[in-house]
Amino acid sequence: MSVASEERKQGSEQELSTVRLIITRQDGPDQASYEESFDVPYRKNMNVISALMAIRRRPVNTKGEETSPPQWEMNCLEEVCGACSMMINGRPRQACTALIDKLEKPIRLAPMKTFPIVRDLVVDRSRMFDALKRVKAWIPIDGTYDLGAGPRMAESKREWAYELSKCMTCGVCLEACPNVNSKSDFIGPAPLSQVRLFNAHPTGALHKTERLHTIMGKGGIEGCGNSQNCVEVCPKGIPLTTSIAELNRATLVQSFKDFFGSDKE
Amino acid sequence: MADNDFARHRWHSLLGVVPVGLFLIVHLTVNYQATDGPGAFNQAASFMESLPFLLFLEVILIYLPILFHGIYGIFIAFTATSNVGRFGFFRNWMYLLQRISGLFLVIFIAWHVWETRIAMALGTALSYDMMANIFSNSWMVVFYIAGVLAAVFHFSNGLWSFCVHWGILATPRAQKIGTYATAVIFVLLGYVGISAVFAFI
Repeated sequence: MSVASEERKQGSEQELSTVRLIITRQDGPDQASYEESFDVPYRKNMNVISALMAIRRRPVNTKGEETSPPQWEMNCLEEVCGACSMMINGRPRQACTALIDKLEKPIRLAPMKTFPIVRDLVVDRSRMFDALKRVKAWIPIDGTYDLGAGPRMAESKREWAYELSKCMTCGVCLEACPNVNSKSDFIGPAPLSQVRLFNAHPTGALHKTERLHTIMGKGGIEGCGNSQNCVEVCPKGIPLTTSIAELNRATLVQSFKDFFGSDKE
Repeated sequence: MADNDFARHRWHSLLGVVPVGLFLIVHLTVNYQATDGPGAFNQAASFMESLPFLLFLEVILIYLPILFHGIYGIFIAFTATSNVGRFGFFRNWMYLLQRISGLFLVIFIAWHVWETRIAMALGTALSYDMMANIFSNSWMVVFYIAGVLAAVFHFSNGLWSFCVHWGILATPRAQKIGTYATAVIFVLLGYVGISAVFAFI
């Protein structure tokens, strides 16, 4: 049997059936969480987002009770914005690229619990954006006059730096990191990798020392415990542990410069 | 540097290898002399005891580094969480075992130092017979085997972490080679350590 006809067969078998979603819900930030199940009519090529949309159209749980539609965040729908990150069958990932056909049923959805829960599947990822501000994850080009074109970047460097630029601040690496927790102030792998990215940029390197000093301080690079979960779960395949190891080296050199050297950068 | 998180962590990492890790190798090697019989072990032990400035060397090269490493290590272990149930990756298990073995070693080493070094200071001669007496209790044999394995694991895996932490092993390939190399160290040192334990029974 060809793949196409098998897919058609599967499709027709499931056409009339429903998909069950078990959602961990929470009415507000300080409310208790509870589980609610929903059956949504199966459609071909559904993803978790379209299943949630189906529930929103008809918010009736499996007990037949009408309930409030579960809340979630979404934006780009093509895994580049990071907004729809949630726990899907126990794995942190984006709901937009979680295809119903490829998921074990019933599908369990829960919020990422590393972050404060706003409501249902909506979490507050502010800590990540705060960390990006702390490490100055940008290139300083603003000023009162036109600075002109910046220096060129070698293609060989551009290649690996581009991989780091794929980070969408989705929070999956923080969710998987055992050192990102309420007992520690570790900023997590994503912002650290951004330090490597912006320090690699010829103009971004103007803030290199400042960034390194920031991650040598509280909640910085020393928070890493080498569990390497981050690199395993990153949906964009960013070499986060390589970034951290390279920054381990860069901060070491920086600390020697601070201690023994004189020329500031 | 506004606060010393960075320096503390790097010292913790460095002291774990030099001198504490090196001392572990010397210690297990001296123990291994017991496989040549009581005489060989007693000779090796008395050589160590005969070193000049012994107490000074012990304090500077062993007691202070291991105390710092242990106390800061307890802090590291208790600010960690475990999620191997959700993320059962190899390195995540190593992360967990490193912390568990470290905490166990705090207990084991405290007991071991009390039973041997402090007992020696209080008058019991440090010799083959001292260990043979301790191992007349089979629970102690189990405790010591666990202690030796925990120490060797903690050192081998810690050596890997040290190399990552100091920016020596950066790429996935380098880190993988490092994993194999430290696994070999674990097996070899483990063999030396466990053979020594059985030499006293």
